[in-house]
Amino acid sequence: MKAAVIVFPGSNCDRDLTVALEKVGFEVSKIWHKDSELEKGIDLVAIPGGFSFGDYLRVGAIAANSPICKSIISHGERGGYIVGICNGFQILTETGLLPGALLRNSGLKYICKTVALKVETTDSVFTQKYSLSNVIKIPIAHHDGNYNAHVNDIEKMKDQDLIAFRYCNNPNGSSEDIAGVLSSNRRVLGMMPHPERAFEKAHGNSDGMTFFKSLVEAFATT
Amino acid sequence: MKARIKIMLKNGVLDPQGEAIKHALNNIGFESVTGVRQGKVIELDIEGSDKNQVRSQIENMCNKMLANTVIENFEIEIL
Repeated sequence: MKAAVIVFPGSNCDRDLTVALEKVGFEVSKIWHKDSELEKGIDLVAIPGGFSFGDYLRVGAIAANSPICKSIISHGERGGYIVGICNGFQILTETGLLPGALLRNSGLKYICKTVALKVETTDSVFTQKYSLSNVIKIPIAHHDGNYNAHVNDIEKMKDQDLIAFRYCNNPNGSSEDIAGVLSSNRRVLGMMPHPERAFEKAHGNSDGMTFFKSLVEAFATT
Repeated sequence: MKARIKIMLKNGVLDPQGEAIKHALNNIGFESVTGVRQGKVIELDIEGSDKNQVRSQIENMCNKMLANTVIENFEIEIL
């Protein structure tokens, strides 16, 4: 059970994500953005939150063009599993692995608080241990989390059950209250909330643990 | 050669920064302002003598990185 956590200049959740993945049993290697290859046998690529390249140009845009991203894109294209959290979600939309884009929050403010999310599908390795329509509390911390996609893409997501999480009280103006989306093969997940910040008692909230347990169930035999 | 690229959010994409600027202008007395859109301008120094070739190179840059065509339009001006 191997995971790669990608580190860009400005990533700041790479350690938290590594700790969470290790805690549930993943062997984690941190991969610097200038590396061009992922190690062989990686089950899951995890792109952490932060402010890669200072959010210059557009959130995630410069990171999405860094050397490691070529390998991440081919990992995704050959059916590999990828999760992008917060800035990781922004990077995934910029690479084209997920549709849409994350815009500035509609209220213009950076928002850092715990929000209620509804689990919209359990048909993915990331959410399988939750129950459908579960309401979970997970922290968000972003300035650009306002998810927008072409109306056809949104319709497709609804038809194919690709919306993973919705906000119970939309904090940022996202279309359809979307907090997390899956790729059409259901193997790439992007989400703005941070399950790695709520996975053990010391965090005061462990609703994110189920997220990591879902991954263990998927990959424990590999 | 010098080139200037103007990048704007597409019509219909909410521009909260533009909205905030509009409100601020209205608040300081410019009540005639009914809409604001904020974009960005990027200027490049670029080698090359064939304008068309340079333009198509910049189009490539825009599609690849400088603009996100899901939400933005771009215009290229060779100076």
